[in-house]
Amino acid sequence: MSIFSVLGASRSGRGPLAAALILAVPLALSSAARAADAATAAAPSATAAGQGFNPAVSLILSGGYSQLQRDPASWRLPGFLTGGDVGPGSRGFSLGESELALTANIDPAFYGALYLAASDAGVSVEEAYAQTTALPDGFTLKMGRFLSGLGYLNEQHAHAWTFVDAPLAYQAFLGGQRREDGLQLRWLAPTDLFLELGAEVGSGRTYPGADTARNGAGAWSLFGHTGGDVGANHSWRAGLSLLQAQPRGRASTGVDASGTTVTDAFSGRSRTWGVDAVWKWAPDGNGARRQLTLQGEWLRRSERGTLTHDVDGTAGSANTDAYRSTQSGGYLQAAWRWHPAWQVGLRQDWLRVGHTDAGSNTAALEATRGNPSRSSLLLDWSPSHFSRVRLQLAQDRSRTAALSGTDAGRSDRQLMLQYQMSLGAHGAHGY
Amino acid sequence: MTIVPFFPRVLRHLGAALFAWAALAPLTGAQAALRVVACEPEWAALTEELAGPLAQVYTATTAQQDPHQVQARPSLLAAVRRADLLVCTGAELEVGWLPLLQRQAANPAIQAGQPGAFEAAAQVSLLEAPTRLDRADGDVHAAGNPHIQTDPRRIAQVATALAKRLAELDAAHAADYARRHADFAQRWQAALARWERSAAPLKGLPIVVQHKGFPYLEQWLGLKEVAALEPKPGVEPSSAHLQAVLTTLQRQPARAILRAAYNDGRGAEWLAERTKLPVVVLPYTVGGSDAAKDLFGLFDDTLARLLKAVQP
Repeated sequence: MSIFSVLGASRSGRGPLAAALILAVPLALSSAARAADAATAAAPSATAAGQGFNPAVSLILSGGYSQLQRDPASWRLPGFLTGGDVGPGSRGFSLGESELALTANIDPAFYGALYLAASDAGVSVEEAYAQTTALPDGFTLKMGRFLSGLGYLNEQHAHAWTFVDAPLAYQAFLGGQRREDGLQLRWLAPTDLFLELGAEVGSGRTYPGADTARNGAGAWSLFGHTGGDVGANHSWRAGLSLLQAQPRGRASTGVDASGTTVTDAFSGRSRTWGVDAVWKWAPDGNGARRQLTLQGEWLRRSERGTLTHDVDGTAGSANTDAYRSTQSGGYLQAAWRWHPAWQVGLRQDWLRVGHTDAGSNTAALEATRGNPSRSSLLLDWSPSHFSRVRLQLAQDRSRTAALSGTDAGRSDRQLMLQYQMSLGAHGAHGY
Repeated sequence: MTIVPFFPRVLRHLGAALFAWAALAPLTGAQAALRVVACEPEWAALTEELAGPLAQVYTATTAQQDPHQVQARPSLLAAVRRADLLVCTGAELEVGWLPLLQRQAANPAIQAGQPGAFEAAAQVSLLEAPTRLDRADGDVHAAGNPHIQTDPRRIAQVATALAKRLAELDAAHAADYARRHADFAQRWQAALARWERSAAPLKGLPIVVQHKGFPYLEQWLGLKEVAALEPKPGVEPSSAHLQAVLTTLQRQPARAILRAAYNDGRGAEWLAERTKLPVVVLPYTVGGSDAAKDLFGLFDDTLARLLKAVQP
């Protein structure tokens, strides 16, 4: 009882003297207390729960400079129906998203969080959710908008990623990073081995879904993660995910066989499987000083439905026919921290155009040769826990796979220099 | 309900498996002993002293790891999921990982404010509480310096509070905890008297520290901190700052350089080479050296290493 009654005493205005007296009673009863001299027996300090009842506030400022060999307007993943936030961004100096986070416990049963991203495009809600903290038997329920628990990178905020941008597979299959408006239920097994199962249902408005304008769920996903330690030096996590969406008229802007920029619309069923694995090695498990991280993910998507080619009739007239595709992609990356402030990374991205049957639209779709790929090199300098500057060099061979349109068959050398500064409440990053 | 027909068979099967598992979970989780997750090894050792076979203790970090910068690894989540009690330092030492574990471990018993969340730093007075909160001063902790485990008098105070907490959570064994605590307190008191006698030559000893992690040891033994290798808490020593420390030492000589087992040794070695000062690698917590096998060994070894460094 002592600590709570002491806090109560000092908050109700009786002051530290009363607090010291209350503390002195149980202490005096103990023989160990006699060991404590006046220097250590003062009133304990209050456990700060934010400031008053205000939520913890943190702010991420980010911005940077990009040197792109090819015009980013011509960037595309030939052979893929893309959507969401994809591409290498703009040339020259740019202000990135400034992220504001407000988080707090709501009551003994709920925790709430709001993440806003401000940019010239306006303010967007990155995440806004309430999450249970008191459900029994290892269950956690999240409601609102949240980053989907799929894969490994998807649930991390982009500023916590090792590399500046999302892997090509995330851009092609998850629109960069997937958010869902809906419900997420997770269950953590009561085992020594970490084992977590999760399920989500949501509106499915975000890519690879699209607005469905109907009741019920537009998308659902399932995921499982497992992991643990091997000795003191190694730790790992592996996962399996499945996402299914039912898009209606999902628009994708790309290039057609004649090189004209057109918009296609897909309706049907989109199913994506994902496998992810991370392995970390740090001498003595002290990753703050030296750490090697190996990670990889693989995504495979199959879509069945109908495709309306050139919905706006830009290159002729719209044509609708059956569409089936099975495509895949992934990345492998390694990051080596050799000093508390310095880290290097190497990433290889690849995509497989796979099999597409677009019926009478086949001839009108952009023809491809080979598959998009990308190699990236990263140098990261973090002088403190709160500041980070990173330089990424990449050879992007996305357009290399194209046969028509601007910059077809050309690779793109990219340099990205980015700063990320974290203000306010100390952030906690997951594994 | 339009959702249900939309779900394929696989989801329904998985859901059934999940609930079957959840129903069996209490059987597999049946455990007589109190499950304790200690954030740092010193609190694991203290819990073992106070609970003995009554508790099953999992230690989240080792003496070789920087407790400020631990990752919320899958193994830690699995351990916290089943814990009845978390014994942590608090005072924001674990702010980068503990709140995440509490939020993701789906365990109502160990949420902040519950009896299952014990903070050692809240049981004692803290030093170096900043008068202003500004990250320009480095990674400062609002409540004060959290590295309280280097003062055995404060450990005694934490022991009193922890014994009460254990008795509260496991009321059936309350008498056992009281008995074990009385026994520990008596042995600790005797050891403290012995340590204080042997530490007499250390009074007023001027020292250089790596991280501002020793104020409680300094207060207890009367050591005098002349300089710190980290220019600001949590900021790695720069060559310019080390040069400045060297200049300070010419004006204000020190007798030893102190660092914890988990610190990077390069800054201390650089300074030792130029000043001919001994580097004293203190165990800092239980497991930080071969001799620091328990809390008694921790202070025996800490004093032995300090005394050896100042021998004429």
